[in-house]
Amino acid sequence: MKPTNIQDPNYFHKVVDCQWACPAHTPVPEYIRLIAQERYTEAYMLNWDSNVFPGILGRTCDRPCEPACRRVRTEEKPVAICRLKRVAADHKGDIRPYMPRVPTAKNGKRIALLGAGPASLAVARDLLPLGYEVHLFEKDPAGGGMMRSQIPAFRLPADVLEEEVDLILDMGVECHFGHEISSMKAMLDMDFDAYFVGTGAPRGRDLKLPGRDEVDEHISIGIDWLSSVAFGHTDSIAGNVIVMGGGNTAMDCCRTSKRLGAESVTVVVRSAFEVMKASDWEKEDAMSEGIPIINNRPPKEFVHENGRLTGVVFGCVKPVKGDDGRLRYEPSGEDDVFLPADHILMAIGQENHCPWIERDAGIQFDKWDCPVLDEVTLQSTHPKVFFGGDSAFGPENIIWASAHAHQAAISIHLFCQGKDLKTDRPPEGVNLISTKMGIHEWSYDSEHDSSVRYLVPHADKRQALGNIKIEVELGFDKRLGAKEAQRCLNCDVQTVFTDRLCIECDACVDICPMDCISFTENGEEPELRQRLMAPAVNGEQDLYVSGHLPTGRVMVKDEDVCLHCGLCAERCPTNAWDMQRSVVHIPQLGSYAQ
Amino acid sequence: MTFVVKPRIRHPQLPVNDLGLTRRDYEGAVSTLCAGCGHDSVSAAIVAACAELSLPPHRFAKISGIGCSSKTPSYFLNKSHGFNSVHGRMPSVATGANLANRSLYCVGVSGDGDSASIGLGQFAHIVRRRINMVYIVDNNGTYGLTKGQFSATNDRGSTSKKGVPNLYEPIDLVSMALQIGAGFVARSFSGDKKQLVPLIKAALAHPGMAFLDVISPCVAFNNHNGSTKSFDYVRGHSERLMEADFVPAQAEITADYDPGTTEDVRMPDGSILRLSKVARDFDVHDRIGALEYVQRSQERGEVATGLLYVDPDAADCHDILGTVKTPLNALTEADLCPGEAALERLNESFR
Repeated sequence: MKPTNIQDPNYFHKVVDCQWACPAHTPVPEYIRLIAQERYTEAYMLNWDSNVFPGILGRTCDRPCEPACRRVRTEEKPVAICRLKRVAADHKGDIRPYMPRVPTAKNGKRIALLGAGPASLAVARDLLPLGYEVHLFEKDPAGGGMMRSQIPAFRLPADVLEEEVDLILDMGVECHFGHEISSMKAMLDMDFDAYFVGTGAPRGRDLKLPGRDEVDEHISIGIDWLSSVAFGHTDSIAGNVIVMGGGNTAMDCCRTSKRLGAESVTVVVRSAFEVMKASDWEKEDAMSEGIPIINNRPPKEFVHENGRLTGVVFGCVKPVKGDDGRLRYEPSGEDDVFLPADHILMAIGQENHCPWIERDAGIQFDKWDCPVLDEVTLQSTHPKVFFGGDSAFGPENIIWASAHAHQAAISIHLFCQGKDLKTDRPPEGVNLISTKMGIHEWSYDSEHDSSVRYLVPHADKRQALGNIKIEVELGFDKRLGAKEAQRCLNCDVQTVFTDRLCIECDACVDICPMDCISFTENGEEPELRQRLMAPAVNGEQDLYVSGHLPTGRVMVKDEDVCLHCGLCAERCPTNAWDMQRSVVHIPQLGSYAQ
Repeated sequence: MTFVVKPRIRHPQLPVNDLGLTRRDYEGAVSTLCAGCGHDSVSAAIVAACAELSLPPHRFAKISGIGCSSKTPSYFLNKSHGFNSVHGRMPSVATGANLANRSLYCVGVSGDGDSASIGLGQFAHIVRRRINMVYIVDNNGTYGLTKGQFSATNDRGSTSKKGVPNLYEPIDLVSMALQIGAGFVARSFSGDKKQLVPLIKAALAHPGMAFLDVISPCVAFNNHNGSTKSFDYVRGHSERLMEADFVPAQAEITADYDPGTTEDVRMPDGSILRLSKVARDFDVHDRIGALEYVQRSQERGEVATGLLYVDPDAADCHDILGTVKTPLNALTEADLCPGEAALERLNESFR
């Protein structure tokens, strides 16, 4: 193998599994260390820079970082990254002094943001400090988009949402609330310098089954129903409720129904429990509130009597694993089941849907009715129009909206400056800073903490089920947060090897608790992986290979289960190993503000 | 010196041996020797050898004297018996331990100060008595614990860290061991585990005195230009006599070797030490030849490493004394005091 190029920003970035997995590439270990130091405000600001909505995401993020966490591979349960983010948000001090300065003299460019969801808000935040005039158009009476309309208050309290939305609006956004956009052409006629479409995926899927039309008034589309609850138009639901679907919207629907007075609530899913789209913790929370989840039951028919819904007939299937490892469903041979229902909430998915964009407005759509976009720049086929969030590539989650927004903001800025959106794009980079402070002293807590993941306290169940506004998860207090923070392995403190300093004494090999380091003859990667101190079986994790050493061998480090405990550097007599903190630079428009 | 505790957690795919143990189960406490000390590599080699041979870690007696080397038994096999004796007296305690319980694996670790200076007499006599043990000398040619004076194994002309040359001839423990009865003599290098681990395995299988002189650089006081016990010097002047590969008794031999350059040394327990690419005109069974070879290579400034001499059928102390097979500490009162009739028979035999 060739020596590893550690100057490539992606090499060490990939070692920080959580940051690599995060669409916005939030520097997770860095903010966890700040929490451990009780520097909550700094931890919050680091998050705010990167993902824009730390308080909201600390409660609602889909957490792509957690399954990626190295602790899943070294032990079992990941660090509770998301809950630690919330610790930073809950305990932060006054952040106003840290807000970017927005110039009073504008730069003369006007930008229109369509939809007031997380994507548009994040674009506004990135553009305002550069002097852009930002206009926000939204049909609802308040900002926040799906964060307000689809996430119930018991998961995301209104004050948390409003604080972070207002933080951006108060930077000087020209808000046009209650402005239903009906024509893209009309928008284009307003002659803004650029447009950002962040209108989400607002259309909930429906299910055309026998009896559907006859019982229309007893069936609600999940996201529409949640929205009407959020804005106070619906405050009760009666009788037996069936929620169809297995995603997070289904979980929100069933838990909201339970709080609004439903006699019974049942979730029925056509697929198996393990493949449900809902996050594990959402499923657990729903079940712990006494809501049954019935799997492998595809609906067949809505049953009604005299125009009144009486229930639903479901077929019975069983999952069979195909040769490709994917589940297929076969009839299980059981009789169909009838479940009585007075109301049905349909939460079987949603799609982005822009009927208001005329198909001859210069914006091309593909065969799935998604806009044709450049994946890097997020520019549509109309050069002035950019997309982000769910409206770009279909339903994702809030953290993707933040990630898209940063890219779109860079594109809009380059576009308005008349620069090339690709070649003039600022590059990523990496800085390496030694953490050595003296003999055996590192500027990070290198010791491995073997604690298991701490449980987060919950509100009293009886109270929580009686009031939709009572937040269920209470979050870690400072003490628990500090303990959980210690579980982080500091994967961003990298083991950096300087081959010309190595005397091949083997001290690092002998001390490494995870047998990550080997000195051996070089070879081709697949074969080399087999003959290390411990086999490097996880092909997704890189091998760090040095140049040739005096004996002709090379140092090979398997990054897979390294604890970043620093013992290799501690035992190295020549400083050939050093523990260096890697700071990955993900370009963001904020970096260019004055 | 390291203050951080080595985490208990291990690599999830670490190989498990026949006893269901991993290499980690053969470790001891974290070393408090200087970072990069050769002695730690020797400890790691002992750990690897014992783990790969699936030896029960609690069936060891590890014995040492005083010095950096003699601290190392704390750093391997922490489930075993151990005795850290006074300076230079490891051989006495090892002799006692082996006489009392011949069923234990006896591993003695000593240094050039402990064995070639204060304990030279003890060293000579335990070798002469052929105690069944593995006697390892971590040889760094310096008194590291007292800040780097020349030791008795330091070569004449080799310099101190400040450039002062050593005026005295070195004691060569390998030559002494060859002369006075060791059935297994080898020299190796702490920075060459590929050679060291099979040699330790073979030494453990050897049923008598197995002596291993391991050049183990002192990174703090004897790893500079001018030293003949530095990493660079040993690597630059090493004359590797052979590649060694240890094949345990039950294992199937799969690899093909060229019979012209390969030699199998069969141990009494059925295991095989397979030596390949053996240097021409070198015979591992020729004690006097080995003695000459070692001294000639020393004169050239070379360090001959590998197995130097082996006599797999050499008698050990228990054979010489004709003791019973049962460990002496396991004999019951009835065995030791067989009664009046037995005494009568014994007396009768003298009449």
